[in-house]
Amino acid sequence: MSLPEIQIEGLEVFFGDGTERTRVVHGIDLNVAQGESYGLVGESGSGKSTVLRALVGLVPDWAGAMSVGGEKLSRIGRSKEFYRRVQMVFQDPYASLHPRQTVDRVLSETLALHGIKDGVDARIDRLLEQVGLGGGFRFRYPHQLSGGQRQRVAIARALAPEPKVLLLDEPTSALDVSVQAEILNLLSDLRSEFGLTYLMVSHDLGVIGHMCDRVAVMQTGEIVETLEVDAMRRLQAEHPYTRHLLDSALRSSGHAGMAADAKLSAG
Amino acid sequence: MSNLLDIENLSVRFPTRSGSFEAVRGISLSLGRERLGIVGESGSGKSMTGRAILGLIRKPGQVTADRLEMQGESLLTASPKRMRAIRGKHISMIMQDPKYSLNPVMTVGDQIIEALRTHEKVGKAEAYKRALEMLDAVAIREPERVMKLYPHEVSGGMGQRIMIAMMLIPNPEILIADEPTSALDVSVQLQVLEIMDKLVRERGMGLIFISHDLNLVAGFCDRVAVMYAGRIVEVCEAGRLHEAKHPYTLGLLNSVPDLERPRPRLEALTRDPAWREAPSVSALL
Repeated sequence: MSLPEIQIEGLEVFFGDGTERTRVVHGIDLNVAQGESYGLVGESGSGKSTVLRALVGLVPDWAGAMSVGGEKLSRIGRSKEFYRRVQMVFQDPYASLHPRQTVDRVLSETLALHGIKDGVDARIDRLLEQVGLGGGFRFRYPHQLSGGQRQRVAIARALAPEPKVLLLDEPTSALDVSVQAEILNLLSDLRSEFGLTYLMVSHDLGVIGHMCDRVAVMQTGEIVETLEVDAMRRLQAEHPYTRHLLDSALRSSGHAGMAADAKLSAG
Repeated sequence: MSNLLDIENLSVRFPTRSGSFEAVRGISLSLGRERLGIVGESGSGKSMTGRAILGLIRKPGQVTADRLEMQGESLLTASPKRMRAIRGKHISMIMQDPKYSLNPVMTVGDQIIEALRTHEKVGKAEAYKRALEMLDAVAIREPERVMKLYPHEVSGGMGQRIMIAMMLIPNPEILIADEPTSALDVSVQLQVLEIMDKLVRERGMGLIFISHDLNLVAGFCDRVAVMYAGRIVEVCEAGRLHEAKHPYTLGLLNSVPDLERPRPRLEALTRDPAWREAPSVSALL
């Protein structure tokens, strides 16, 4: 087996200084193979987004070992190659695009930052094409776009340096279900087209089940269970918290839920 | 039995530089002692419908209707003073995010007591006792301790249960819940909805449940009205949602990833311009 694309060992993350310093992620291990789509689920405050932020260097105070594509990551600061290899898509497309910059400027700035000078024009057109937006969107401002279109621009921006890994932090939770379907389809297409590796954070088990091969369930800064998505679909979860999440997800989408087997395991 | 609400041909308009924008375009619905769900995407006019009922559309927005009545009393011609008495006492509303709808500089207890004493003449001791009972009814443990907390000291799920307590303590006949659980985690969503559902049923209230989640609404309502571009495109019994015929309703149902029935691709909605022009379906009883 080849080396995993993302390797995390004993990751601990701390917030605050001095006496206020609190550990929010308690030593987690995670391996994501190349080309795999890996899901992180858990409720707010479980530390799932913090793991992604630690990976890209947005959290200064962490311990443990992390490597991406064989490159060991230092505490703060990442190499240029790292940022070409790893890109992130954020939750809220309304907050993550500069309100006074056109789509063209957002994308050309990203390309310039990554030292891409040749054929910028053609590249921008191709990027917009790849995310299903025509050239007509190139000179629009974010407020002239719908939520789904903005998230497409954010994805185009992430694709600009031709990355190998996309970190997706709740990419569709700010969108309507009908638009969510379009974005999830787009992400699936891009993964098979470019052989991307995804590490995706979501609180929606339906979305994770649709997009990922394996899932880690997080609670209060720890991974309580990792399982294959097929096992999750067959509801073969061991940990009571995973079962609770599955039960809520099923019942809120109009299924019978797990009440019957939950009673069995309780008795 | 008379209806709690009767709405005929309701429109909400906002003047813009390029002409008037119609957020709600002539919908009719009535509410009995039942749970009615209004579902649609953002911008479909579902929240505006809820706000129009309570007279919460600010100028320059305009609300027009052939009929907008609560148990026979017109809400369109009611004075601001009368509307203030109606809000809370007869019709209450739970908004999406408790972070923005609770007063950050007032303790939870004071807010609940204020909600009660605004609408009823009760002594302080009696009001305190009833606030405690109400917190207990929304499954808050140690209500005495929670009464003294400020909103930033409680979690999202607890905040929303406090909102429910506050809205239900004056015993309104109608509750409008506008995406009451969208800001909450899946694991607490159901708990909050179940508490709301139980109280609404025990008290024989009418509920309007506004949400973008068709499946969730189907589980907690008797009837569902699906809105698209300011009109109602389909009304059906919640239990018969799978028999829905309108392509928009079907599209919404099929675009949700399903844990038990995985598909390689999700169905993306193709919008037919004709849906926008089709006359609004009546949701009158």
